[in-house]
Amino acid sequence: RSPNPRMDKRTMCTVEKRGRVHLITLTGAGEHRLSPSLISALRSALATVRASPSAGALVLAAEGKYFSNGFDQAWARTVPPHLHDSMRGAFRALVADLLALPMPTVAAVTGHAAAAGCALALAHDSVVMRASRGFLYMSEVDVGLKFADYFGELLRQKVPDAAARRDMVLGGNKMTAAEAVRLGIVDAAADGGVEDVVAAAVAAAEGLAARGWDGEVVAEIRKAMWPAVWGKVKDHPAAARPRL
Amino acid sequence: MCTLEQRGRVFVLTLTGDGEHRLGHPLIASIRSALASVLAAAQAQPQGPGAALVTVAEGRFFSNGLDVGRAGGSRARLRELVDAFRPIAADLLALPMPTVAAVTGHASAAGLLLALCHDYRLMRADRGVLYMGLPLPPYVARLLRAKITQAHALRDVALRGRKLRAPEAREMGIVDAVCAGAPETAAEAVKLAEQLAAREWDGAVYASIRVSTFPDACRAVGIAVESDEEKSRHFASRL
Repeated sequence: RSPNPRMDKRTMCTVEKRGRVHLITLTGAGEHRLSPSLISALRSALATVRASPSAGALVLAAEGKYFSNGFDQAWARTVPPHLHDSMRGAFRALVADLLALPMPTVAAVTGHAAAAGCALALAHDSVVMRASRGFLYMSEVDVGLKFADYFGELLRQKVPDAAARRDMVLGGNKMTAAEAVRLGIVDAAADGGVEDVVAAAVAAAEGLAARGWDGEVVAEIRKAMWPAVWGKVKDHPAAARPRL
Repeated sequence: MCTLEQRGRVFVLTLTGDGEHRLGHPLIASIRSALASVLAAAQAQPQGPGAALVTVAEGRFFSNGLDVGRAGGSRARLRELVDAFRPIAADLLALPMPTVAAVTGHASAAGLLLALCHDYRLMRADRGVLYMGLPLPPYVARLLRAKITQAHALRDVALRGRKLRAPEAREMGIVDAVCAGAPETAAEAVKLAEQLAAREWDGAVYASIRVSTFPDACRAVGIAVESDEEKSRHFASRL
């Protein structure tokens, strides 16, 4: 584990290397709401990871009680509506970044993942979820928010069972790790606390990285497996890469 | 043909009488009229308390499909009825409230489709089969693909014309719950509908999420998909 994880200037997320694994951690005890700032920090972190010379794998994790509780509506209330797209469009570009990442990706769902936060987790190749605490929750129906079109495709890809998907998105069901594993939405449930979940995700990612796959091939296969989602998120106007 | 009543927050649409509830023009028109009333009531109170719909049938049949028998099974008549049923599918998939089908008897072909166009399906254990027998017009195939997703289930239902009793249908994810008999099925359906209505979801948002979740099936039956701009405006209005 590198002793000095690189801090994003706003300290919203850190990037560190553990063996072959690039670990991005959303820092702090808050809800990790997906504001333009956090999304930009995440995109910068992914750019750093992408620029790394060696093959590897990605883990995205979070500190505290939440993985992410979704879009930052509080921020959106403070700006005129035409700026909301900077958040929603930036998240679409973040999903594009993840789908195009030239290495396997693992989400370490260390706490609650709701709405866009849940979509963020599901935009990874594998998901390891904390067994004892935390839900996957598509809260939009309860909160009264409509879905961006690619959210529907993402859910369809990751939750192929029509009844399970209906329960999540039209029932607002809060899904535990055990149920998510049973339904095949999540790959594994990890016992213990946040650090244990991260360790399990890193171990899984290390196993994938050890396969030594050509990263560009991984990215192309993933896009080919997810054409409906990829088609809707690539080429978005906000998809211009941020400066490091 | 069919009746519509409101019990608290739940609209109950009943296919009446002991017959097969064959979907010919009169019954189709009657159902569409009932659904239009439900829609009007929901739209009259857009911020109102939640609502939900239950569709139930009297007698041994939920619905035995399109009314093709009459004209000696002419292709033209079949085509006409297939086209006439499509708007019912659209009405249901766009309905701004949760929908529950109480499958209180046999549901075949368009009858099965009618049940599938609801969000939830409860079925009686003691009697009745689900069966998809006819050739599949394009929108029907897309509806089946959207709603029947378990491995082999779609093949068994569509390609093999398998007749499913309630417990099998539940295993295959086509039915959500199995109840003892018809009265229990109807009662449980109303109870589920009440629970769903009590969540007080915004109906327009609910319908929008349903369309986002089954976009291909919804497009297949002619439901317009909202643009990103419309959704952005909605997002702003909800803050």
